Amino acid sequence: MSEVINVPTMAEMMAQGKQPEVLFWVGCAGSFDDRAKKITKAFVRILNRSNVSFAVLGTEESCTGDPAKRAGNEFLFQMQAMMNIEVLNAYEAKKIVTACPHCFNTLKNEYPELGGKYEVIHHTEFLKSLLDTGRLTIEGGQFKGKRITFHDPCYLGRANNIYEAPRDLIQKLDAELLEMKRSRANGLCCGAGGAQMFKDAEAGNKEINIERTEDALETKPDIIAAGCPFCNTMMTDGIKNKEKESDVKVMDIAELIANAQDL
Amino acid sequence: MISYLDTILFAIILSFGISFFVINIKKIIRNIKLGQDINRSDNSAQRWSNMAMIALGQSKMIKRPIAGILHVIVYLGFVIINIEVLEIIIDGLFGTHRVFSFLGVFYDVLIGSFEILAFLVLVAVIVFLIRRNVINLKRFVSSDLKGWPKSDANYILYFEIVLMSLFLLMNASDYHLQLLNFGHYELAGAFPISQFIEPIFNGIPETTVMMIERFVWWLHIIGILCFLNYLYFSKHLHILLAFPNTYYANLNPNGQFDNLASVTKEVKLMMDPNADPFATVPIDKNAIPSKFGASDVMDLNWVQLLNAYTCTECGRCKSSCPANITGKKLSPRKIMMDTRDRLEEVGKNIDANKGVFVPDNKTLLNDYITTEELWACTSCNACVEECPVNISPLSIIMDMRRYLVMEQSAAPQPINAMMTNIENNGAPWPYNQQDRLNWKNE
Repeated sequence: MSEVINVPTMAEMMAQGKQPEVLFWVGCAGSFDDRAKKITKAFVRILNRSNVSFAVLGTEESCTGDPAKRAGNEFLFQMQAMMNIEVLNAYEAKKIVTACPHCFNTLKNEYPELGGKYEVIHHTEFLKSLLDTGRLTIEGGQFKGKRITFHDPCYLGRANNIYEAPRDLIQKLDAELLEMKRSRANGLCCGAGGAQMFKDAEAGNKEINIERTEDALETKPDIIAAGCPFCNTMMTDGIKNKEKESDVKVMDIAELIANAQDL
Repeated sequence: MISYLDTILFAIILSFGISFFVINIKKIIRNIKLGQDINRSDNSAQRWSNMAMIALGQSKMIKRPIAGILHVIVYLGFVIINIEVLEIIIDGLFGTHRVFSFLGVFYDVLIGSFEILAFLVLVAVIVFLIRRNVINLKRFVSSDLKGWPKSDANYILYFEIVLMSLFLLMNASDYHLQLLNFGHYELAGAFPISQFIEPIFNGIPETTVMMIERFVWWLHIIGILCFLNYLYFSKHLHILLAFPNTYYANLNPNGQFDNLASVTKEVKLMMDPNADPFATVPIDKNAIPSKFGASDVMDLNWVQLLNAYTCTECGRCKSSCPANITGKKLSPRKIMMDTRDRLEEVGKNIDANKGVFVPDNKTLLNDYITTEELWACTSCNACVEECPVNISPLSIIMDMRRYLVMEQSAAPQPINAMMTNIENNGAPWPYNQQDRLNWKNE
């Protein structure tokens, strides 16, 4: 973990007259949330190890506008989008990878109409392509035989039909992939989407993340794998609520891969 | 044998039945057209294919196997037995009897398969009734369905029982007369089911059986015309509207929400350094000032209104909605039912006021759908994914949130705080944008 990470910015790259292979869109959670920052760093360590030429926008990055749009504030969303598009287009960004399915969905589906046309990839797909092309190798090692269940993020799964990449990665770890009773297209939301992350839930008889955590615990997992910083928070809270922190870990796919590599 | 009086009477009943239906269908089309324009004329190959797979092929229905298979039976029964209705109409109009019987063996196969289907439909409909009224499946006992919707669902099932029973009784009495070689009842058709009913006519005078046969024949066709006209007043329009609904449904990824074009124009102007803020904008006196989002049915687009008429209240959306599962007020099914009820109310208002809508101090928002329901949505797309005919309750929820936020500034306080943060420092939390890369060195 002591390895120094190398995180070039687009501005530095440009100053050297270079264009990176891919722009890593970190996102607000990945930049500021303590738990999500660990995911960001794990992903960067993999990129460094695989010699991927990448860069971040750093302080020039701003919220994609996703939570504003889902809350109904189209003005704020489009202002954020157009500012980001100006920055991205100035750097002539072509390919963007992100570890947040919300940023992924917005950049991929909602930016093109506003002038931001890029190839946008979720980090689980990107990691899979690194493995498929042999740029990254993993030995199952510490996850061999571990029981891992994957919670489908809505904005990766139902929203964009990506179900297999994260599962393929878990299987590459020689782990035992467990499916919850509600998975893939039938997966249950963690409760954070649609700007719910930022407000209290309406009155009901249960919190959504508890319902989902129960789904996950039914599979008797060692690890709940997530592919979204918000799902990660919700599931971690659910596990704490069930007082299972010592038995069950909630980890991002990028963390699983990085740990398997002892990065 | 059938007198002119009969054919004339039949023609009158038939044209009444069909005219009433056409009048109501026209009303539905007019109401749907109250919606805003949205272009769904692209990609017709994909759209036809969706209609073939999802509406015709029932591909999403069978994702829940029990209800799915039962539904396929009733659906096939409905479609195929309607070939028989064609024969009934021709017989009725031209005074013939079993006009298709010249098809010989093929006719036997047809009638035989109608009978088997009719029997299977009876069984399926009885299971449906049990699921609704005895087993009390969760999605059928919810508060969404209190009162009329629950009775409506049962009426439709009773209707089908009556129609199928009449069909079998008609065949049984016909077959009885055929066996006796009575009058014009020549041997025609195969009766794998009604042959077991036929013996009940033993010992009854032939003329009485013939009266019964005629009576049941008339009841059956009148029943079908009644059912046709009941559709408009019930939740059962999906048997027709599922087809256009799946054709016009959204083809983009579920996660892609539309970008409001009216907003794009203003944001572009705002961000254009060369824009002259004092420039006079040409004023179109007839232009209605655009409204952001939706507070009433006229603000929704016509596909959303078509969705509302298509919904048959099966409740799969509700049973997969994370908010609903955890006891929140939101039910995607209720969103669709409310939209339809309000649209019907607006339609009646227009009818009563000579074709013009007179404001009634009511809106879809608040009078039907509360803000509490709207804010409970996680935009997870489970309802959209579940709907067997590609209805999107989510798009209505989002349009109404847009109205709440952009027209009324009525977001919950924490949402306002989140949006202020994005405006001020480019993140939903109060962190400085200049600290965005600090993680690198932590």
